[in-house]
Amino acid sequence: MKRLVLLSTIVFTLGLSGLRADEGVKVSPIDHAATLKECGGCHIAFPPQMLPSRSWIKLMGDLANHFGENASLDQAVQDDIATYLAAHAADAPATKGGARFTKGVGADSVPLRITDTPYWKREHDEIAASRFSDPKIKSKANCIACHRTADKGEFLEED
Amino acid sequence: MNKSHKIALISLLSLSNVSMVLPAAADPARDAILATLAEEAKKADPAFGGFSAERGQAFFAAKHTGGKPDTPSCTSCHSQDPTAAGETRAGKRIEPLAVSKNPSRFTKVDEVNKWFGRNCNSVLGRECTAVEKGDFIIYLSGK
Repeated sequence: MKRLVLLSTIVFTLGLSGLRADEGVKVSPIDHAATLKECGGCHIAFPPQMLPSRSWIKLMGDLANHFGENASLDQAVQDDIATYLAAHAADAPATKGGARFTKGVGADSVPLRITDTPYWKREHDEIAASRFSDPKIKSKANCIACHRTADKGEFLEED
Repeated sequence: MNKSHKIALISLLSLSNVSMVLPAAADPARDAILATLAEEAKKADPAFGGFSAERGQAFFAAKHTGGKPDTPSCTSCHSQDPTAAGETRAGKRIEPLAVSKNPSRFTKVDEVNKWFGRNCNSVLGRECTAVEKGDFIIYLSGK
């Protein structure tokens, strides 16, 4: 009986603090073969919904200097991916619920990292910086190390 | 030793000979890529005498200069052991470069060009020469 009470308390507390295991954010998964293949060659193909279109255009315009690496593509492939990302960006007309990802991003600010957005920082403010340098995680860009189904557009609270 | 044992032993020996004589994994597509690189190498230097796995190994393991600071070597992402998986800087697994572990390596010309194009620039700050590319492929074909 004691155990049951304890368990209920834990469940109730977690519920209140918004840390239920199933909580998180879901976006439409990427359905564009070139984006999945080329972006996904080095990291998960990040959801275009999480940055404004101006960010994707700037990022795709300088793949030779891509976060410390050369990630150049043939021009046609590059244009194809840039078009897809811009059309599915946070502020694209067809994107539903994109505003939450760019809340707090200034109109003249062009974040190139999702992890630099106020949204991402808010959502991860309880995670110690040292966790991201854990060899199993390695980088904040390694979403799927904690969000196991991130490649399906699901960023659930880690259990 | 009875007769059947002898036959078994001889078959075993000849089998091991075959695997020693043949390259680890001959592949017509990879051979064609190497042939193109050899042509290019000869054009650049008529004295070109063929690719070298030893030079390829040294190139793979070397710390280079001129490239981007986070990636001074092939081993920065591909790990010291080409038969093992590597990891991108973003933490994604990279399948082994060694052809014995990953037989499809260096068989698609577009992929080969794309990755040499990117990674030579990241590591060396320039394009790789045909000799460097050929040495690299020969080295990893034998690994």
